[in-house]
Amino acid sequence: MCYSLRFFVPLVTVGAILLAVPGVGLAQRAYSNVGRTPSQEEIQALGVIADPSGKNLPPGKGTPKEGGELYAKQCAACHGKTGEGGVADQLVMGAPGAPHRGMFKDTDRHPISFFAYSTTVWDYINRAMPANRGGSLKPDEVYAVVAYLLYMNGIIKETDVMDERTLPKVQMPNHDNFLPAKPVWPPNPKKPSWY
Amino acid sequence: MDSNRSDRRRFLRSAALAGLAVGAQKSASAQGLTDTSAPGAPPNTHAHGQLAPHAAPAGRGVTKSITHTTYYTPLADSVGIITPSSLHFMQSHSRLPEIDPAKYSFIIHGMVERPLAFNMDDLKRLPSVSKIRFLECLGNSSPRRHVSEGKPNSTPVTVQYTHGIMSCNEWGGVPLSVLFKEVGVKKEASWLVAEGADGSKYTYAIPLSKAIDDCMVAYLQNGEPLRQENGFPARLFVPGFGANHSVKWLRRIMIVDEPYMTWDQSVHHSAARADMGYKSRWFNFVWPPKSVITRPSAGLKLNAPGYYEITGLAWSGWGKVRKVDVSVDGGKSWKEAKLQDPILPMAHTRFNFDWTWTGEEAVIMARCTDDQGEVQPTLAELNRHWGREEKDRLEPKSNTHYWNAIQPWKIAKDGSITDVLFA
Repeated sequence: MCYSLRFFVPLVTVGAILLAVPGVGLAQRAYSNVGRTPSQEEIQALGVIADPSGKNLPPGKGTPKEGGELYAKQCAACHGKTGEGGVADQLVMGAPGAPHRGMFKDTDRHPISFFAYSTTVWDYINRAMPANRGGSLKPDEVYAVVAYLLYMNGIIKETDVMDERTLPKVQMPNHDNFLPAKPVWPPNPKKPSWY
Repeated sequence: MDSNRSDRRRFLRSAALAGLAVGAQKSASAQGLTDTSAPGAPPNTHAHGQLAPHAAPAGRGVTKSITHTTYYTPLADSVGIITPSSLHFMQSHSRLPEIDPAKYSFIIHGMVERPLAFNMDDLKRLPSVSKIRFLECLGNSSPRRHVSEGKPNSTPVTVQYTHGIMSCNEWGGVPLSVLFKEVGVKKEASWLVAEGADGSKYTYAIPLSKAIDDCMVAYLQNGEPLRQENGFPARLFVPGFGANHSVKWLRRIMIVDEPYMTWDQSVHHSAARADMGYKSRWFNFVWPPKSVITRPSAGLKLNAPGYYEITGLAWSGWGKVRKVDVSVDGGKSWKEAKLQDPILPMAHTRFNFDWTWTGEEAVIMARCTDDQGEVQPTLAELNRHWGREEKDRLEPKSNTHYWNAIQPWKIAKDGSITDVLFA
């Protein structure tokens, strides 16, 4: 399994400290002998949930061309031959070199060009797709199919390579069209909550 | 009754032994409680109560697509505030996981002093709470629910299908504040990301202050283990927020310092708002004040003039229900309904209203005011605030989240009742 060193090293360090000084971890706990310290392997086996800025993306890379081949085999049956939608969501709006312009007025259409973050595309495909076989794609395959979908939506070029460094830098065209720009809790109490 | 108890003990004992066996394989020390009482009486077919032979209560309705399977609570027959576990609504986006509780645990990790895994024995030993709280899918009573598509197999427009993706149960479990003390949440942390074990790894981000305030990892529903479809053996429970926050089949909680933009939350559950120049509103969180008359309601028929109690449910994700007003003349005049105890925060509150039907056409509706002073809006008020024309709502496919418009039912001269929200 491939995991970013940035993610792995700090956890190992914390684990090592806990092992070296067995009393330290327990001393601050209110309830004795409850819960179990999971191994680093166990935590890693949970997989990555990508953060919005992609700091914890695992290494890997893929191109639109590679992704297109994988899409045809594993995605097209539900999402349509070129992402136009089928029994499952439409994924493509716009075309290569011609991204969708304008607002998304239909509340039920969520093609890739709607997403605020490129990392969200990677994260969902990585953990949830293909349906009921989520987690079965290797990181290179996820980068590839993400590259294909970004290309088909006109967001990147056919020659662009998506990896853990390039993907987070992709500017999503709809990024600034979500409110509130920074989700907060509690919300502004002066407005009715249904406003 | 004795044999019931013994049967239960026997079950608990075998469950505990199964747990120990797994623990031994993992070479972990034995934790939890073991039932050491004597073996039970012979098998008892009434260990769990059955419906009476001639009882035929309304069941749940269902709609299915490749992305959503939904079971709707039959609200028209409800009295009181507790939904039987078997009638609790369910919505799922993928195959339901089947989890062996003896092998189950979830992990809290991320920005913590010490990541920890908790199993069912751990949860049952830790300080527990139980709360009666509503759960409501954020798509409940959305405009599409008010329009029958007219196709074969399309659902009728009744209170079950307009408002039935909500229920109210007693949920029991361990407060997140207890678990967070155990793992030592770091002070820079501000959000959590909860992930489920279903096929889609359903994931939602929740502000840490809300999580510490009143959220729990729930393992009991109305005094029984969670139903499989409601997250067995353990789920997150986030009171007052759209039910989508209460992640089922909890697999992990990751503590982080920003809202993670998961697909479910940042894409699927964000919706264009005309009043905001068609920018999309996301992270709405709370169910605003809402109510609905459950009986009489669309799909029922009054057979003759005379007395009929008007009864319904009111609730608010912000707190308690302060009052419910009822109109029997299409909103021209309103009178306060009787609220029935208990009146609990973020829970269904039952209201009742005496009414005699004269045999003339009538439109009945209810309006909730919560203890923050927020008032449930009419459809016109909602449309005005959201910059939408009413015709936008009539699209059978139109979908809006956290929809809380006042719901009118029209009684015709022949006693038949229809949904006239968009009429």
